[in-house]
Amino acid sequence: MTVGATVSTEAPAAYLARYGLMLLIRLFETEMQRLFLKGEVHGTTHLCAGQEAVPVGVCSALEPEDYLAGTYRGHGHALAKGTEPDALLAEMLGRATGVCGGRAGSMNVIDVEHGLVGCFGIVGGSIAAATGAALSAKREGRVAVATFGDGATNHDGNDLWAVRDAAVEAVARARSGEGPTLLECQTYRHHGHSKADPAKYRPPEEVERWLSRDPLNVARERLRQLGVSDDEVAGVEEATKLRIDRAVQSALGAPYPDPMAEHATEFAP
Amino acid sequence: MSADATLEFRHAIREAIIEEMERDETVVFFGEDVAAEQGGVFAVTPGIQERFGAGRVFDTPISELAITGAAFGAAVTGLRPIIEIMFGDFMGLSMDSLVNQSAKYWYLSNEQRSVPLVVRSAVGGGGRFGAIHSQTHATWFQAIAGLKIVFPSSPAEAKGLLKGAIRDDNPVIFLEHKRLYSVKALAPEAGEVIPLGRARIARGGKDLTIVSVGKGVPDALEAAERLAGENIDAEVIDLRTLRPLDLDAVPVQPDPRGRLHPGCGRHRRGRARARRRGRGQVTD
Repeated sequence: MTVGATVSTEAPAAYLARYGLMLLIRLFETEMQRLFLKGEVHGTTHLCAGQEAVPVGVCSALEPEDYLAGTYRGHGHALAKGTEPDALLAEMLGRATGVCGGRAGSMNVIDVEHGLVGCFGIVGGSIAAATGAALSAKREGRVAVATFGDGATNHDGNDLWAVRDAAVEAVARARSGEGPTLLECQTYRHHGHSKADPAKYRPPEEVERWLSRDPLNVARERLRQLGVSDDEVAGVEEATKLRIDRAVQSALGAPYPDPMAEHATEFAP
Repeated sequence: MSADATLEFRHAIREAIIEEMERDETVVFFGEDVAAEQGGVFAVTPGIQERFGAGRVFDTPISELAITGAAFGAAVTGLRPIIEIMFGDFMGLSMDSLVNQSAKYWYLSNEQRSVPLVVRSAVGGGGRFGAIHSQTHATWFQAIAGLKIVFPSSPAEAKGLLKGAIRDDNPVIFLEHKRLYSVKALAPEAGEVIPLGRARIARGGKDLTIVSVGKGVPDALEAAERLAGENIDAEVIDLRTLRPLDLDAVPVQPDPRGRLHPGCGRHRRGRARARRRGRGQVTD
């Protein structure tokens, strides 16, 4: 499969919305960084800033009922698959209003309603799980996707259009019963691996090179070329910022689960 | 089936799988060589693929990690997989999917979805398979919240408990002792399903209680017969499941000299708990 083999005929408005979703992920991660430093996020957290084009591009090729198995760097996967930012942010802060009632935290988010099978804390754990989800999906005409790894080669993973085109083709293959596809999306973490990693092992020129290819900038430039006005872009950016602000306020005001009221059961009845 | 019909242990397993697959089309079955002509290395499941098709019964590559991970993924998306991990000794490779994913999913997801899967394995020594094909892995998993562990003792028990395991909404580890596969004994009533978590009294007796599970139960029954020859009347309790552990079934002995004898030296946890509950003196 070559990049650009599928020339998208979609209206720029669809990409403007996808740009908004990428920005939502970026702002979410920015808030996570800020809230972590304020002591509101416990444990650790793995940010995906810089990699937004991959989950947004891939999930844009999926139907809402398709399955996704993500990784511990999974905030972007969840948001791209449809998890509400309010419910996800509350989950990060361990609140009762979180998508898993505050039980999963940053690394293990599950959102069955939106087809998010889970985010796996073990490297590669998503792959076998997705093959099982695919066994179910086959009966239902659905598709299952596993994401794994922190960067690879081949497709330009910072170009929303390239990722989406490759994903559309892969999903079409899967849905028509022609089997699985491995998409390699070359992208880059803006932050270290986790909160324990200042990422000092990366040469400054490497970081600089990737920051200059920030997927948000790449998308903004492409939208401009497609004739989307700066005002339209600014409108989406403003709305996205408000959405994240609301999510933060609502999560900070939400209650923690009450340990005395928790009736966690070991087994399903 | 008439009441006095006999059933071989391996056929009991096969019948349970077939009956549950007929009853519920979400039940699927896969593993290494399970669909091949012989039906697994212990010839338990021949003909099941022919009956239900390759969409529901199939052989997998030799990767216990992949088999168990796929079972987890299938279980949380609407199927009820039964998988075979050929020898229980290979369960080390399955542990991540079972311990980190399957066992925790119900809790971690805030009860969004349960994980109805069954992992069948051949276990136990006596077959001269050597150190890495003879272990009984039940205790490896006994401390894991969210997993159920079933260890049947007879053909009738195996059939009823496997049907119960397949219908259970939680991940179940199902152990089949190699030395029981060829045992023939009384068949169960047609359609009998044994819910998990309840022990049974395999033999009544007033002088001594022997508690065991799996092949330990027929061994304990044999011991009880010999004791009877010495005028000692031994009760034998079959725990059936090691998690949850049905301690209510282990009798309180009103006689302070009453003795509770765990039939299998491994079950220290149960022994300690029984001791704490004051359920009579415990001997090894």
